[in-house]
Amino acid sequence: MSEQQTFLLDNEEIPFNPGETIMQAAKAAGKYIPHLCWHPEFKPHGSCKLCTVKVNGRFGSSCTMQATAGITVENRTTELDDKRRTLLQMLFIEGNHFCPSCEKSGNCLLQATAYDLGMMSPHFDHFYPDRPVDASHPDVLLDFNRCILCSLCVQASELADKKFVFNMGGRGMRGRKIIINSESGKLGDTNFSVDDRAASICPVGVILKKRVGFAVPYGERKYDKAPASVVEVAK
Amino acid sequence: MSEKKKLRVATTSLAGCFGCHMSILDIDERLLDLLEVVEFDRSPITDIKHCGPCDLGIIEGGVCNAENVHVLREFRNNCKILVAIGACSVNGGLPAQRNHLELHDILTAVYQTEGGLAHGVHIPNDPELPLPLNQVHPIHEVVKVDYFLPGCPPSGDAIWKFLTDLIAGRTPHLGHGLIHYD
Repeated sequence: MSEQQTFLLDNEEIPFNPGETIMQAAKAAGKYIPHLCWHPEFKPHGSCKLCTVKVNGRFGSSCTMQATAGITVENRTTELDDKRRTLLQMLFIEGNHFCPSCEKSGNCLLQATAYDLGMMSPHFDHFYPDRPVDASHPDVLLDFNRCILCSLCVQASELADKKFVFNMGGRGMRGRKIIINSESGKLGDTNFSVDDRAASICPVGVILKKRVGFAVPYGERKYDKAPASVVEVAK
Repeated sequence: MSEKKKLRVATTSLAGCFGCHMSILDIDERLLDLLEVVEFDRSPITDIKHCGPCDLGIIEGGVCNAENVHVLREFRNNCKILVAIGACSVNGGLPAQRNHLELHDILTAVYQTEGGLAHGVHIPNDPELPLPLNQVHPIHEVVKVDYFLPGCPPSGDAIWKFLTDLIAGRTPHLGHGLIHYD
């Protein structure tokens, strides 16, 4: 039996099994690497870049990069957290993120991550894009104003539900968006169900179950009791 | 021995609801401690109409009309440190949710086509009324802002922590439970 392989994460030894990514090994060891588009149930997408770490001095996405023995990984450094905050600010100004009127507030990973990284302002000029909502489904509302294009709904619908309800469409900073797999482009014309995995995968407030938005009041939600850095590594 | 000079503070609400000012009152009896070290210039508390030279300016609300821009610039010109308080001044907030609509369409809907309007109602055009801007903007898109205190509104405790940090010369740090965008 060979010895447990390890690497250094912020000067702490982290054990890993061959084939694991830096993110998986860090989470297993209870170490938080900020992330948005990564979800333990699905293949890493590597698009939000929030989990960027420095591996032996070079930038890399910890959700896609395999852990190897002896590497030195920088994670919660001032330099990296500053860059992560800037990425968050760009996500906030590209969409319409009005937390006071969002029923996901308190359960939102984008918001909780921004709290954790101490984002006090969006810094940049806002786009205020026009993104109509889709309320056509009887049980689920889609509010694309908050979409961060993590594509978790695409993966969940394809891999877990085998329904292919969502996909990515359009091009460019303002054109890229989630599209619905029906002739009308409306969710109500698909076989999407409120019980689908994709219905509860959204890290932000796009896919919302109707009539239960305030079943848990503000102040008693997922990230109200503990910050994202604690909740996201909890077993 | 002369008393230590008090910091002069001005506050105002632009396209806001005065909720953040209500939250400033929510620091409760600590207001008395605050008044030991600050005095108010232009503010709803004093009813002074124009801002004089100040150490600290606190702005609630975004910029939705021409008057907001004038007031904001008056504050920036007079205040050494300018603070955006509340969701509306930080990202436009609720008023900015009109931003994807045409201004003319909104005014027409509100004053002409909405049900229940009196006969002969028209879109107000009194020269005394400040002209609305096409879009509502957070204040940092118009002037330089030194510090941001998000929240809708930020709690009394968040305001107290923020102000005491700032007055003590520290960079304000809120931390979990005090930092909120809602």
